[in-house]
Amino acid sequence: MDCMTYKFSIDVDRCKGCGLCVSVCPKKVLEISDKVNKKGYFPVRQAHPEDCNFCGACYLMCPDVAISITETAEDDREQE
Amino acid sequence: MGRIFRKPEVMTDEPTHYCPGCTHGLIHRLVAEVIDELGIRGRTVGIAPVGCAVFIYNYISVDFQESAHGRAPAMATGIKRVRPDLIVFTYQGDGDLASIGIAEIIHAANRGEKFTTIFVNNAVYGMTGGQMAPTTMPGQRTTTSPFGRKVEEVGMPIKIAELLSTIETPGYITRQTVIKPKYIVQAKKAIKKAFKYQMEGRCFSLVEVVSICPTNWGLTPVEAVKWAEETMLSYYKLGDCKTPDSHKGV
Amino acid sequence: MTENRNEGGKMGKILMKGNEAIGEAAVRAGCLSYFAYPITPQSEVSEYLARRMPEVGGVFLQGESEVAVSYMIFGAVGCGARAFTTSSSPGISLMSEGISYIAGAELPAVFINIQRGGPGLGGILPSQGDYFQSTKGGGHGDYHLMVMAPAGVQEAVEMVMMAFPLAEKYRNPVMILGDGLIGQMMEPITFPDHLRTEPPNKDEWASNGMDTRKSSKPNLVKSLFLDPKELNAHNLLLKAKYERMKKEDVRYEPYNIDSDYQILIVSYGTMSRVCKTAIDNMKEDGMEVGMIRPQTLFPFPEAAIHDAASKAGCRVVVSIEMSVGQMVEDVERCVRGKCPVEWYGKCGGEVPTPEEIAGAVRSLLEKNAGSFGAKY
Repeated sequence: MDCMTYKFSIDVDRCKGCGLCVSVCPKKVLEISDKVNKKGYFPVRQAHPEDCNFCGACYLMCPDVAISITETAEDDREQE
Repeated sequence: MGRIFRKPEVMTDEPTHYCPGCTHGLIHRLVAEVIDELGIRGRTVGIAPVGCAVFIYNYISVDFQESAHGRAPAMATGIKRVRPDLIVFTYQGDGDLASIGIAEIIHAANRGEKFTTIFVNNAVYGMTGGQMAPTTMPGQRTTTSPFGRKVEEVGMPIKIAELLSTIETPGYITRQTVIKPKYIVQAKKAIKKAFKYQMEGRCFSLVEVVSICPTNWGLTPVEAVKWAEETMLSYYKLGDCKTPDSHKGV
Repeated sequence: MTENRNEGGKMGKILMKGNEAIGEAAVRAGCLSYFAYPITPQSEVSEYLARRMPEVGGVFLQGESEVAVSYMIFGAVGCGARAFTTSSSPGISLMSEGISYIAGAELPAVFINIQRGGPGLGGILPSQGDYFQSTKGGGHGDYHLMVMAPAGVQEAVEMVMMAFPLAEKYRNPVMILGDGLIGQMMEPITFPDHLRTEPPNKDEWASNGMDTRKSSKPNLVKSLFLDPKELNAHNLLLKAKYERMKKEDVRYEPYNIDSDYQILIVSYGTMSRVCKTAIDNMKEDGMEVGMIRPQTLFPFPEAAIHDAASKAGCRVVVSIEMSVGQMVEDVERCVRGKCPVEWYGKCGGEVPTPEEIAGAVRSLLEKNAGSFGAKY
């Protein structure tokens, strides 16, 4: 089996900008963006995506299930 | 192989109405993950409370009944007695369980009714705008304790997990929290254990979950986590208070 | 899942105490779950069913309070089981919130009130003081209970067995308004045949598990409608049920109304039996008195009472109740001014005798005789 790659994605309109994921990220990848979403919240973005090790702490902490971390091979298959 | 971290199947796509940083959404996700992993969606019936989580049925896609304030354990009793094959859980807040509904939860636990209760303890009445709860901390300001909870007037906060653990009937009573990832992992294990006890027909189970309410505490979510960790966890101790194999609490 | 192991067929006449007969009637109606709390004068229902339910594979549970019991009923009927409870006046007050929720959630359930004296702790002897509570709501909100009022143990048995299908027909709680006399006395009764066990259409609305219904769509049992348009529509839907009840399920018994009575009695429950004796006695003395006995208090036999009050020669209508006058307001409303409406009764557990009723009837007739003067 090849080395699996993972993908971080955020549903910007589900995010309420609570900042909990930012506070728990061990690699300080995340920050609150300055671009408001449809609901009027400032959602989170990956400021340093290259540092993300897909540990999932952000997913665990998010109360809105706005974050998902998936295997890219699966996602590529879905796009076919 | 498979998705690592994404929305559980049994959770709907509907964005929640909860405040930013409210841990209800998080606890709902844990319950949904457990229902998915145990494969019990088709025979689960949830009982919605009166409180912020009254709309839980919009977020978790199983059969639900909507309860009156505090009465969920009585409703769960009715369902389990006539349909012991259904997996029944109640989801209740401080007012629902620790105030108006305290007789119902004590007696359901004492009879050993084999359902699972998720008790969300955030030390305040959320939905009605932040009044004092039986679980409000000493000195904590709420709309009905504007000068801080005065212990000499209204007593100390109630420790539900310990209270229910004095009951001789075997049960699984545990206190968890979801304020940080390391605790979230433990909380999910406890919730799964509770549902498994129910699937075995073993005993009553209650998972008290120390939670945050940033809006009514007047704090940001990150500040709220800090306050909960410093003030609540030193009073509301985490861990299993009782398992079906032990008879009394620690 | 509990098994229906009811014995089939009629047993012939059997002498039974009212409370016990009510319990047995529910079992034979296919109601195999009973949740209750003891309260005088109906605790014998619990004591009887504590032994009987296990015999038929049913559920018996004594809850911690009437409040809790009303929600145990809610949970049970919400997942499609037939369930009922019995209580007495103060206990029914405690159940009122639960009853409102059950009506709002459109669930079938049966509540039986073996009335005692009130208000407050009151007394333990029979009364009819809960007429308002049963027929005008009791709990909050725009709902009604269908209310049936038996006059004896046999009728109580028949009404209990009718109550479950009626509750399911309307998806609305049904109340049987008895009293301590019915609960405590023993009468010879015959049980009708057994009924089916479960609500016929429950998969449409019960939260009984998607696997049970072989469905992937969850059911939701609720009474919350935050959107005002939705709640208005919901209330109109409930109202339509009550209008239908008024058309299809009014029940009453006329007594001696083919005679040329000058006074019409309206009375229900055990009070009406004393009235019947009084009417029979007065007939022997040459005086005709008619009576309409409502068997459903909601829906109320409005047309029957109006027609009986409108009969030529009828000078006065009297509502005779074991209360200080509750049903009299509905009687007045139905009579619509055709003739004066009076009240006679006693409460606290005092039951008027046939002689007292005859005396009251005569003096009310004299009071309302008008220019013709009293004939009797």
